[in-house]
Amino acid sequence: MPSRKVTISNRLGLHARPAMLLAERAGTFTSTIGVRRTDAKNTVDGKSIMQLLMLAGTAGTVLEITAEGDDATDALASIAELIERGFEDDE
Amino acid sequence: MKLREIVVEKAIITSLQSSKRDEVLGELLDALVAADAIGADRRDPYLKEALKRERKGSTGFGHGVAVPHVKASGLDRLTVAIGISDAGVDFNALDKQPVHSIFLLISPEERPEEHIDAMEAIFGNLSKDQFRRFLRQAADVKEIITLLEEADAGQSVG
Repeated sequence: MPSRKVTISNRLGLHARPAMLLAERAGTFTSTIGVRRTDAKNTVDGKSIMQLLMLAGTAGTVLEITAEGDDATDALASIAELIERGFEDDE
Repeated sequence: MKLREIVVEKAIITSLQSSKRDEVLGELLDALVAADAIGADRRDPYLKEALKRERKGSTGFGHGVAVPHVKASGLDRLTVAIGISDAGVDFNALDKQPVHSIFLLISPEERPEEHIDAMEAIFGNLSKDQFRRFLRQAADVKEIITLLEEADAGQSVG
C-alpha cells in the first residue's frame, strides 16, 4: 500500500481546524486513507475528524499516511502537502 | 490526560435550559463562573471568543457532539464544562444534526499541547457509541462523574 511520512509543522499541532481540513481533503478522494503516528500502532480513518483528533498530534509528531484505491498516489501527495504547509494555520 | 481531572464537577449541566447555541455557551460559562473555575469578568470575553471560533467552522463534529473551545491567556489550568440537552442544540454541525452533548474547553493559550491532549481524551471517548449514549442518558451529575471515571480507567489500559 502506498504510504508517506509527514511531520506536523504548525505550532498548535493537529487541533480541530487542521483535523477538519485533513478530513475534508481526504474526503475528496475515493481511496481509503489511513493515518498513524509513527510512534504508535493504531491507524485511524483519515476521513474522520474525531479519529484524527484522537491522535493528539503536536508540532513535530511524525505521521504515516497510507492510501488504498484508484487515486491513492494523488491522495497521498495532496494530504502530505496540506500537512507540510502547516494547514495554513493562522492561529 | 484524565477527563475527571479537567471536567469541573460543578459545571456539569445535565439539562440545558436553552436550545440555542449562543445561550447554551452562556449557560456553561455561567456554571464555570459559579464554580470559581473562571473569573466572572472572563465570562463575556470567553463567550465572544468561543463564538468567533464557531464562525470559523463549527465544532459540532457530528454524532450529536460539539466541543466548542476558547484559548485563553494567563489561565492556570485547562478547564472543561459539560452540558447535555434532550431537545438538542443547533450547532450548525458538520452532519447538520442537533447536538446533545457539549464539552466546552477553556485551554491555556501558552500551552497548546495541553489543548491537544485534552482533545485526545475527549474524542477518544466521544468517538465511542456507548460513551455518547450513556452521557446523553445520564440522570444526574453523579452518573456523569462515574462515566468519566470509568472512561479514564479504560483509557489508561489502552
